[in-house]
Amino acid sequence: MEHSSPIERVLRAVALTLVVLFFMFPIFWIVLMSFQTNETILRIPPSVVFEPTLSNYKALLSGRLETAAGTLELNFLRTLWNSIFLSVTSVAVSLLLGVPAAYAFARHKFRGSEDIAFTLLSFRFAPPLLVLLPLTIYFQQIGLANTYIGLIWVYQLICLPLILWIVRGYFEDISADIEYAYRIGGHSWFATFRKIALPLAGPGIAAAGLLAFIFAWNNFVFALVLASADKQPVTVGALAFVTASGIQYGQIAAAIVLSITPTLALALYAQRYLVEGLSLGAVKG
Amino acid sequence: MTTGLSINAVDKFYGPVDRGVHAVKALSMQVEKGEIIALLGSSGCGKTSTLRMIAGFEEVSRGTIALAGREIHTFAPVRRNVAMAFEGYSLYPPLTVRENIGFALKASKLPKATIDERVGEIAKLLEIESILDRYPSSISGGQQQRASLGRALIRDADLHLLDEPMGQLEPQLRAVLRGRIKHFIKERGLTAILVTHDQTEANALADRIAVMEGGELQQFDTPEVIKERPANLFTGTFVGEPPMNVFEAFVSEEGGQIRLKLPDGVSLDYGRDSFAPAVRERLVGRQRVVIGVRPYAVHRDADGVAATVSANQWLGDQTHIAADFAGGSLVLVEHDRTRLALGEPISVRIDPADLHVFDAASGAAISHGAELA
Repeated sequence: MEHSSPIERVLRAVALTLVVLFFMFPIFWIVLMSFQTNETILRIPPSVVFEPTLSNYKALLSGRLETAAGTLELNFLRTLWNSIFLSVTSVAVSLLLGVPAAYAFARHKFRGSEDIAFTLLSFRFAPPLLVLLPLTIYFQQIGLANTYIGLIWVYQLICLPLILWIVRGYFEDISADIEYAYRIGGHSWFATFRKIALPLAGPGIAAAGLLAFIFAWNNFVFALVLASADKQPVTVGALAFVTASGIQYGQIAAAIVLSITPTLALALYAQRYLVEGLSLGAVKG
Repeated sequence: MTTGLSINAVDKFYGPVDRGVHAVKALSMQVEKGEIIALLGSSGCGKTSTLRMIAGFEEVSRGTIALAGREIHTFAPVRRNVAMAFEGYSLYPPLTVRENIGFALKASKLPKATIDERVGEIAKLLEIESILDRYPSSISGGQQQRASLGRALIRDADLHLLDEPMGQLEPQLRAVLRGRIKHFIKERGLTAILVTHDQTEANALADRIAVMEGGELQQFDTPEVIKERPANLFTGTFVGEPPMNVFEAFVSEEGGQIRLKLPDGVSLDYGRDSFAPAVRERLVGRQRVVIGVRPYAVHRDADGVAATVSANQWLGDQTHIAADFAGGSLVLVEHDRTRLALGEPISVRIDPADLHVFDAASGAAISHGAELA
């Protein structure tokens, strides 16, 4: 970096600006849209000059959508809460199941361990729609359709393989001798897992959890088929903005802003720890 | 059952028993309390597998291991009461060197003052006092190794296992620490098993050395016996620096003389009385043997057998001379600086007392000097 010429630095800055613009512009535009009415959004040519309004947010928060065709009841906050609840619980369950499993796959090679790990990964290969039809029928028969438990269960298809495979890699990177040293120093297998393996794999577990959370949050098709109105997450709930009197772009934009806020906040928060943990890298001397 | 360590007919297979890789073969060893033992061998000879079985990180495929009167081979590592210094150091990254060393004592709930005192003592011994409050990631490999060694030595365990404990240290420090560690272990009456491929370290530290090769115990004895009376060809050539000179030979008895016919028409003649009658009988009966002689025991002598100098190295305190001899190479060591040009003819003498004779087929020792092995 220190040896780069001024031209190089300028070019790099331009390139970075372009990349940032390319990726950030849609988000920036949506934030702008969320403060406009449908009329100003749809005018031609589009303009960044407008009179900001909070009506979209008000409509979302109050749950009453005023359209040309009349007032529409809409439960956006409920879907937001559903998303948070479903994603957090699914990731928590996945971590609870996946981290010990990942440790087992990393440390104890037993007969068929590779096959089991691969089978779990293969859940990610199957197109969701292929699984959904039989799943819906089963769920209806055993009474899990349209329940939080059923949804969280299905969300394991998304979260568990991800966590298992990412965390397994982190466990494998930890020198087994550190754990042996701890065990021979007078500690049980479980204490070693808790006090040595878990903290050392911490950054990896955080990364995997974050990724799983984002995947769960963005899931659409499972919830679309398996959840009815009061259990819907935001991704499905956003369909309500396609109303008889047209698409409510302003509200959609406001809903998107509100729904990306938790994941964005989480990513920004966890990023600090991720970088810290990864740069420490003090596993092997 | 002894109070020390007792390894009885232990086998280690990686993979299924009797079909997997046979890493340790029918190993039996008795180690007395207070002894320092070195497991010496090249990479992959089974020495580290043995150590890990004693520690409990590898399962014993067959056989038993007992320590301090308890059969421990089925116990979890935590119940075996052994301490171990790892080859890869394996310090706990989030703890300082001081905390790493005192860790096991802290877990055993000793008062803080006692822990501090003992950590200080160990740190002084290993010369790591100045880095006690640093973290493992910020110190050198040699310092980490000493910290890891300290973490093992500080414990009151029935057995201390040291896996290549000094591989990363500088030569001067290594020499100093060897002496101190030996003194430390002896003073406290600790029992220690040391894994190493460095024979100097094994000789300096150990009361007895177990030489291993191919998963089998070749010889288990004091450094002196291993040097002077190697049990087989492997031990003979593996231990000793530079290695023992080895030649195939045919034994015959001609006119009151024992004649060893070496390749290329070279022959060594010795009077009958150079060998005990039993040795003579075994040698002549055997005919084809392998003879070995240490480089230090080869002397230049005008009446000796002809050889041609092929290399001459002055190492600062001794000269290593290699010579073409009997279709092979013969190395001899002299303590003065010897000026010999390449290709110069010399004649060498090998005294019968320095002759090690091994069976050509099995490699087992037949005789050392005049006596049967």
